[in-house]
Amino acid sequence: MGFSDWLLALHLLAAFALIAALVLFTAVMVANWGDGRPQRASAFFRVAALGGPLIGAGAGLTLVLGIWLAIDLDDFQPWDGWIIASIVLWAIGGFAGSRVGAHYTATQELVDRLAVEGNEPNAELAAKLSDASIRTLHAITVIAFTAVLVLMIFKPGA
Amino acid sequence: MTVLALIRPDSWNWALLVHVTGAAILVGGLVAAGGASVLARRDATGTLSAFSYRMLLVVGLPGLILMRAGAAWIYDKEGWTGDSDPTWLGIGFLTADIGAVLFIIALILGGIGLRRTRRGDGGSGLLRASGIIALVLLAAYVITVWAMAGKPG
Repeated sequence: MGFSDWLLALHLLAAFALIAALVLFTAVMVANWGDGRPQRASAFFRVAALGGPLIGAGAGLTLVLGIWLAIDLDDFQPWDGWIIASIVLWAIGGFAGSRVGAHYTATQELVDRLAVEGNEPNAELAAKLSDASIRTLHAITVIAFTAVLVLMIFKPGA
Repeated sequence: MTVLALIRPDSWNWALLVHVTGAAILVGGLVAAGGASVLARRDATGTLSAFSYRMLLVVGLPGLILMRAGAAWIYDKEGWTGDSDPTWLGIGFLTADIGAVLFIIALILGGIGLRRTRRGDGGSGLLRASGIIALVLLAAYVITVWAMAGKPG
C-alpha cells in the first residue's frame, strides 16, 4: 500500500466513524421520542455520548484527509466541483449537527437532575426529546452527509 | 499518483453505493449495539439491553443484507471468478460471510436473552454474549473497511 492508499483508507474509516455516530444518534433520538422517563433517557444519553468522539474525529478527519487526498492525487483537485460541493454539504451538515448537539447538551442537565428523583414521566423532558425543529435539523445533517457519500462515489464531472 | 480503489467505471457506482451504504449502516448498528451492551451493566432499567438487541435486529441486519448484496453485485460487475482473487477481496468475503454467521448467532442469543430477561428468568449472560459478538464483528469490519479502501495485495 502506498501513501495515497493509506490516506484513502483512513479517510474512509473516518467517514465510517461519522456515519456510525449518525446512525447511533438517530437510533437514540427515535428511541427517546416522546418519552419523558428520566432514568430511561439518562441510559440513552450515556450511549449517545459514545457518538461524540466518533462524530468529532470522523467529521474532522474526513475533511482534512479528503482535501489532502485531492492534493496528493493527480486525477483530482481540491477545486473540482464535486469536491467543493462536498465541502459545502459537509459544512451544512456540521452546522446543523452542532445545533442538535447543543440542544441535547442542554437537555442532559435536565435529565441528570430528574433522573436522581426517579423515573416518573416528565412533560418538560418529553417535550425537549421530541422537539420538531431538532428533528428537522438532524434530518438536514443526515441528508447532507448522505449526499456527500453519494458525491464521493459518483464524482460527477471527474 | 493514482489509487487503485478510486479507479473504476461509472457503471459500478450504484453497486458500490449499495455496498458502502449497507456497510456504514451495519457498522453504525454494531457501534450502537456493542456500546449499549457494555453500558447495560450499569443500567438498572434494562433499557440498554433491549436497545442493544434492537440495534442488531433493526439496524445491523438490514445493513448486513445491503452490504452483502452490494458486494455480490459489484463482484459480478468487476468480473472476479474466485480464481486468484486479490487478498483484500478475500478479507472482505471472509468477514462478510463468517461475520454473517456470527451475526445470526448474536441475534439468536440476544433474542433468547431478551425474552428470558422479560420473564425474569435470567438472560443477561446471553445478552452480554450477543453484545460481545457485536464488538468482535465491529473490530473485524473496521479491518475490512481498511482492506477495502487500501486494497493490500
